[in-house]
Amino acid sequence: MVKLSEHLRRTGVFSMEEVNRVMPPPEVLKKGPVAVVECIQEIPCDPCHASCPFGAIKEFKDINDLPEIDWEKCTGCTLCVAKCPGLAIFVVDASCDGDDALLKLPYEFYPVPEKGEEVELLNRAGEVVGKGEVRSVIEPHKDGTKVVTVHVPKDMIADVRHVRVVR
Amino acid sequence: MRKTEVLVVGGGPAGLSAAIAAASMGAKVLLVDDGLKLGGQLVKQTHKFFGSHRQSAGVRGIKIAGMLLSDIEKLKDKIEVVSNTTATGYYQDDGVVTAMTGEDVYMKIKSERVIIATGASERMLTFPNNDLPGVYGAGAVQTLMNVYGIVPGDRVLMVGAGNIGLIVSYQLMQANVEVATVVEAMPYIGGYLVHASKIRRLGVPIYTSHTILEVYGKDAVEAAAIVKLDSKWQPIPSTKRILNVDTVCLSVGLSPLIELLWQAGCKMKYVPQLGGNVVLRDKYMRTSRRDIFVAGDVAGIEEATSAMLEGKLAGLIAASDLGYAYDGWEADREDTLSSLEELRRGPLSEKIRSGLKEVVVEW
Amino acid sequence: MSSRLEHHPILTFQRGRKVKFYFDGKELEGYEGETIAAALHAAGVKKYRTSAELGRPRGFFCAIGKCSSCFMVVDGKPNVRVCVTPLREGMRVQTQIGKGDLIEKN
Repeated sequence: MVKLSEHLRRTGVFSMEEVNRVMPPPEVLKKGPVAVVECIQEIPCDPCHASCPFGAIKEFKDINDLPEIDWEKCTGCTLCVAKCPGLAIFVVDASCDGDDALLKLPYEFYPVPEKGEEVELLNRAGEVVGKGEVRSVIEPHKDGTKVVTVHVPKDMIADVRHVRVVR
Repeated sequence: MRKTEVLVVGGGPAGLSAAIAAASMGAKVLLVDDGLKLGGQLVKQTHKFFGSHRQSAGVRGIKIAGMLLSDIEKLKDKIEVVSNTTATGYYQDDGVVTAMTGEDVYMKIKSERVIIATGASERMLTFPNNDLPGVYGAGAVQTLMNVYGIVPGDRVLMVGAGNIGLIVSYQLMQANVEVATVVEAMPYIGGYLVHASKIRRLGVPIYTSHTILEVYGKDAVEAAAIVKLDSKWQPIPSTKRILNVDTVCLSVGLSPLIELLWQAGCKMKYVPQLGGNVVLRDKYMRTSRRDIFVAGDVAGIEEATSAMLEGKLAGLIAASDLGYAYDGWEADREDTLSSLEELRRGPLSEKIRSGLKEVVVEW
Repeated sequence: MSSRLEHHPILTFQRGRKVKFYFDGKELEGYEGETIAAALHAAGVKKYRTSAELGRPRGFFCAIGKCSSCFMVVDGKPNVRVCVTPLREGMRVQTQIGKGDLIEKN
């Protein structure tokens, strides 16, 4: 059984070690957009594998296995982001020059942010850690789960996990 | 007296799957459900289901309900549906089931096989003023909010961080209702941690080793007190805090609705891992009474995907008893069985597995 | 703020015809087909009866007809589970005091 931190089991928020466990290494991040799979508890679930058109999320031997991602094959297309029942997959793109990165997050709330709108950036504990501009909003499977692409500072790609519309 | 071959009591995920399976085999099915609409708890589930993509994981509960209802519709020559009807009794002397439509129309039903898929009811918690309006079961909040589109209040205290408490908290936030906090008496979050993370990043705190102490209000909830528990589950008075909430949502577990099984004289056993008193049954869901089957939460509190698989098994076997079959049904049966085993194989299903050891027998 | 949801990220609500009904003599509006409990809650009414012994306020708890918390007097009939009884035009819904009286038929 995979070990989970006391912090996560008591609060629902990843420990630093768990954040490091799921984040891609710098050389992967440099190359382009990739999925960060924040699914570290063995639960019976496998739609992420079936949703990936590139075979980047490996086939499950047992449905209770943790998903394994091959970042070489991942294109950051976000089909898994919008499919994951736990909303636990995010896409980060830190490949551009400068301090700016793009984060693609699952979003199931009303109102939906608009392109160009400035939204609040929230971390894993729901604290507002900054503001960012929405670059696009898509609905990959036309099933209510949207994917919001937002600009975030590069040093915050491991922290920001939700956006909030403030109007 | 109505006569049928297979009577299915309950139109939730287990009952619908049982009716579809039995009718696909060729049996004549009567499906009795107490809801105004079929679907049981599925129609309130706006989240996407876990499980295998082969069994509609990644699809929202409401959509799964729609898929099952469309299968029922396709089999309407075989399946008769009676809604708004509660099965009120099972009479051992002649095997008749009585049922009540609405508040005052009664009927008697005689069938060759009965599949009990009555589900579960929500547990209460004892604390001062727990009877005040505004203290609602989590399922009730879902009904009000997700079926009728009416929010339960402005600010909610959620009691219980199992999957239902976490999911309903998220659904409340989707309806723009503020969730003040989630309290959980256990030292650890009981539900899937991905569900916990979903509400934490919205800013909803989860306090483990905390419980509700009491509720305040005259004609309805006006505030609630929470408190931290020590390692012996005793409240630590200095940690008491008052929350301004108008709704307290309880998600502190479910109890199987086993009344009909008691009345039928099926062999029962108290198995806390499965939610309390449950029925002994074989791996194909047959009880100690050859003509009675169970499926879903009534057979042990679990979740909707396993309920659908159990329902399918019960429906197949009940119809097969009566001589019905379709090509490949036995392979279907074994495939369903292995899907169930796979779902329950993980580390988080340890409790279910130990409970099932106590009730799954060979007749 | 109205407690009826007009927007939801996942769901759309198909409501029936708007109808009038009466709660303790006061005219209220609801939608045909929703339950009496839902219509009352949307109108801000949470207290449906008083308990038999201590006269304490009670509302709904389970909303699926199982717990008996939401008994009201509907069109003169006591002990109606309003959480599973559909609303109809002109219904007279009353707070149930205690056990409620049996209607005697001659």
